[in-house]
Amino acid sequence: MNAAAAALSDERVLLDHSPPAVGAHAIARRYGEGDTAVDALRGVSLEVPRGQLTAVMGPSGSGKSTLMHILAGLDQPTSGSVEIAGIEITKLKDNELTKLRREHIGFVFQFFNLLPMLTAEENLVLPLTIAGRKPEPAWLEQLLESVGLDDRRKHRPSELSGGQQQRVAIARALVSRPTVLFADEPTGNLDSATSAEILELVRRSVDELGQTTVMVTHDAVAATIADRVLFLADGQIAKSLARPSQAEVIDAIQEVAGQ
Amino acid sequence: MTGVALKGLLARRVRAILTALAIVLGVAMVSGSFVLTDTISKAFDSIFTSSYSHTDAVVSGRKLVDYSTGGNTTVSQTVLERIKRTRDVAAASGALIDLNGDSTHANLIGRDGKAIQSNGNPTFGFGIDTSQPRFNPLKLKEGHWATGAHQVVIDAETAKKHHFAVGDTIGVAASGPKESFRIVGTATYGDVKSLGGATLAVFTIPTAQRLLDLHGYSVISVAAKPGVSADRLVSELKQEVPASAQVRTAKEQANEDKQGVASFISFIRGFLLGFGGIALFVGAFVIFNTLSITVAHRTRELATLRTLGASRRQVLRSVVLESFAIGLAASVIGLVAGFGLARGLSSLFGALGLTLPETSSVYATHTFVISLVLGVLVTVLAGFVPALRATRVPPIAAVREGAVIQRKKRLGPAAGVVLFGIASALIAYATLGGHLGSGKSLLALAGGALLGLLGVAGFAPVLVTALASVVGIPAKRLGGAAGGLATDNATRNPARTASTAAALMIGLALVTFVAVLGKGVHGSVDRAVNKQVTADWVVTSQNGWSAFPAGAGRAVAKAPGVALASDIRSDRGRIGSANVNVNGIDPATIARVYHFDWRQGSNATLVRLDGHGALVKQSFAKKHHLVIGDDFTLRSPAGKPVRLAVAGIFQPPRVMELLGGVVISREAFDRTFPRPSNSLTLIEGSPTQAGLDKALAAFPDAKAQTKADYVKAQSSFINTMLNLLYVLLALSVIVSLFGMVNTLVLSVFERTRELGMLRAVGMTRRQARRMVRHESVITALIGAALGLPLGIMLAAAVTHALGKYGVTFSLPVASLVIFTVAAMVAGVLAAIAPARRASRLNVLEALQYE
Ligand SMILES: Nc1ncnc2c1ncn2[C@@H]1O[C@H](COP(=O)(O)OP(=O)(O)OP(=O)(O)O)[C@@H](O)[C@H]1O
Ligand SMILES: [Mg+2]
Repeated sequence: MNAAAAALSDERVLLDHSPPAVGAHAIARRYGEGDTAVDALRGVSLEVPRGQLTAVMGPSGSGKSTLMHILAGLDQPTSGSVEIAGIEITKLKDNELTKLRREHIGFVFQFFNLLPMLTAEENLVLPLTIAGRKPEPAWLEQLLESVGLDDRRKHRPSELSGGQQQRVAIARALVSRPTVLFADEPTGNLDSATSAEILELVRRSVDELGQTTVMVTHDAVAATIADRVLFLADGQIAKSLARPSQAEVIDAIQEVAGQ
Repeated sequence: MTGVALKGLLARRVRAILTALAIVLGVAMVSGSFVLTDTISKAFDSIFTSSYSHTDAVVSGRKLVDYSTGGNTTVSQTVLERIKRTRDVAAASGALIDLNGDSTHANLIGRDGKAIQSNGNPTFGFGIDTSQPRFNPLKLKEGHWATGAHQVVIDAETAKKHHFAVGDTIGVAASGPKESFRIVGTATYGDVKSLGGATLAVFTIPTAQRLLDLHGYSVISVAAKPGVSADRLVSELKQEVPASAQVRTAKEQANEDKQGVASFISFIRGFLLGFGGIALFVGAFVIFNTLSITVAHRTRELATLRTLGASRRQVLRSVVLESFAIGLAASVIGLVAGFGLARGLSSLFGALGLTLPETSSVYATHTFVISLVLGVLVTVLAGFVPALRATRVPPIAAVREGAVIQRKKRLGPAAGVVLFGIASALIAYATLGGHLGSGKSLLALAGGALLGLLGVAGFAPVLVTALASVVGIPAKRLGGAAGGLATDNATRNPARTASTAAALMIGLALVTFVAVLGKGVHGSVDRAVNKQVTADWVVTSQNGWSAFPAGAGRAVAKAPGVALASDIRSDRGRIGSANVNVNGIDPATIARVYHFDWRQGSNATLVRLDGHGALVKQSFAKKHHLVIGDDFTLRSPAGKPVRLAVAGIFQPPRVMELLGGVVISREAFDRTFPRPSNSLTLIEGSPTQAGLDKALAAFPDAKAQTKADYVKAQSSFINTMLNLLYVLLALSVIVSLFGMVNTLVLSVFERTRELGMLRAVGMTRRQARRMVRHESVITALIGAALGLPLGIMLAAAVTHALGKYGVTFSLPVASLVIFTVAAMVAGVLAAIAPARRASRLNVLEALQYE
């Protein structure tokens, strides 16, 4: 076990005693076989505390996306285990995973992934529609207002800007009040001003709604809004910082990249 | 979720409409077949029902023989008198009406001197006792009923169509030479709007008896006294009538009358539905293909739905719902289109000389139910595999480009080979067993063909690359860079190209099968007729196969240049319980105009046909254990027996036998059979057409042809049949055309970015169009390359099985070339819209397209 992992286990003791939103234990992921095999993750353990914004950073190819897909049950680790809200998810059957997604997981994608034929509002409530539930009107209004799309609810994605589309996507991820919201480079496809708006929205949802969030980002500015930043290098957690400043993040990025 | 699925469908509506078109035609064919046959059936129903509307019991001659040209026995005047005197009879009336048989036919002659009806539709000539209107099935429209020997009432439809009015004179030819009658009225048959191609001439009873050469009545309608049941009346009458007559209630009689027609109609229905089925089968391929492509395009969308919590079952349901909606919409459109198609089918039959009676169109419940259920079922079934594939889209495909659907190992090719194996076995069973024509082997043949097509479709993806590189050569040569790219595009997704081509393959395989088989049958008919007839000229009825008056033979014998004219009489008789064709010939002259294939005996045997001697067809002799010298009794349709002895045994060809069953002398025939008529008169000598026509002037139903023309005419019905089949099969080719348009549109859509790139690096609009067009033609040619050999193989198997009928295998090369060219034209047509779309792409937008 390396130093970073040791630091993590210390932190766990310090922070919280209720079960974490997400817990991973020694997950490894290998793509392919034989000579061409790639070890995208090699033994990652972590816990995502409730009510916090956890950022994941690291050089390209370090395994950030792979980690997030496994944490969210989109992909299976080669070894190791993952728990969400106390449920071990790596062995779940497809319909159990479906149930898990409905109740515990929200997604925000880099490319928004809105359904083009639905309006903003229909996209927003889609997870509830799929689950066969009706949105509470007050909650819906609150969401629409907090993402600032009150006047755009009848528009289709093609009639919205990138930033607006991503706001719909965030509201869609929040609508079912999931245990954890995952976002893989949510600002990766946006300009800096729009990115700032989106980051502000993400932070606000953590503060006001207590939404546990895991966000992968390349952006040092984005990382500064996080409660904690995990640095991944070569498939392992190389460093972990709590509420770092922008300078600290930049230092850590260089340090990790230099390894 | 349902809402989401339907909104998605709405967003892709152009695609949905193109998909739906694939099923519309098939459903239209099904619905059209039902509407048409139901309408015809109702028309016949009302003909038969109105025949007995005020009748309780019907007395008619007992039917001893099926399909007799001479007609059944009649009921005599004495029997009628006796019936009238029976206790519970209120009224009875005799008539000469034979709806099912050939005995009450009288040809109306048009103003041009030719028979109005010459292609085999009925030409009814009735004798009706109009003093008892309650028994009269006809309704007078104008004028009055015939009262004198030279008066006739004709049907209003014919009067209108051929410009005859009350007061005009019209020629009528029945069993003798033609005579002139004055039209004194027009009538309709009950409420039937159109008798189809049939014509109607109504005479007084004595006139009809004389014209038709009938004694007595063909039917006697009886009404019971009030309070007497039909059943009681029938049992009373049974005591009164002789054994040669039978008594039925009116209802039984109507049902009996309907029987022959009903089986004829259900044959037509099955025939048409078969083509509907083929079109639906092809449509299923198209739907399968289009939905597969659509599902592939929607991978990211489907995966996103999964990450948002959609279960596999929900994904499945949404895709199935989509095909259900497409199927339902298509079926509704098809159903309605079928109402129109029914008219088209009716004129198609009309063009081929088969006009059927009609009333106002019948839209029965089963038409709606079957059309809708079938259309929806086929669509949903065809969409089921793509729907299953959609459920295998992993949620991670929402985030990862290129995350392909995990496939279980491709089963297609292996399953295709297995299916093809089973198909070959079935076809071998059907064609090598030597009993093609039995229900079981026909079923095996149809099943084999179906599985064979599926099998080839299964392993076609493996062949696509090789085939494309061959059929793509002209594209490369002609199209340059664009042509080369077209070949690459066609092989880029072999499965997709294969199933697009497979849809076309089905139509082409069937067309090829029909063409090859048609040529084989054509040859066998030609050979069979050529071999039998050694005459110089042949007299037949106008349609070539009906009977014509014996008087025509006598007339033609006197024409200048005729050395001899040998009549061949023809009817059906009965030996024991078996029906048999009977011919009457002139033993002195027949050998000069007809070639016997003797098995026992020789032309010298003919002198023994003296009234007692008979020639018997070998296969008939075998079946009934008859050898030379054996005595047997033949009965005429009227029940008259004649003792015969086997004098010789011969074997006519198995197709187009001009003499068959039992052959006796003409004298014996004329003594035994009522109303003897000719099927042929064979002429030796060198008469002129004009001379023969003049001799036949009084017999407008007969015509003279040279032997060569006669042979040609005999096989021409095969060409007619082929044309009918081509038209009906064209339907499924059109369906596959929609499939090609579909695939191309989707491919162009999918390659928007790539096309933009090609245009950006200098491809002209023309080249872009050409690229799409060549791809389409290549796909069509792959369809031809699969379909033609398949059709040829199937036809080879069937011709082998028909070998004993003289059918030989020979390739109709010209037709095959035409089919290939037609496939290419289809490819060009299918590419019009997609190619235009490809060439009109805005380069900048296309490059940004995601
Ligand atoms: N489906 C796959 N098959 C094979 N290798 C893969 C696959 N997905 C990812 N990899 C490899 O795993 C490693 C980690 O990839 P991952 O996408 O997790 O990186 P990342 O940190 O998200 O990078 P980026 O910042 O570029 O998004 C890389 O070396 C990548 O090439
Ligand atoms: Mg990534």
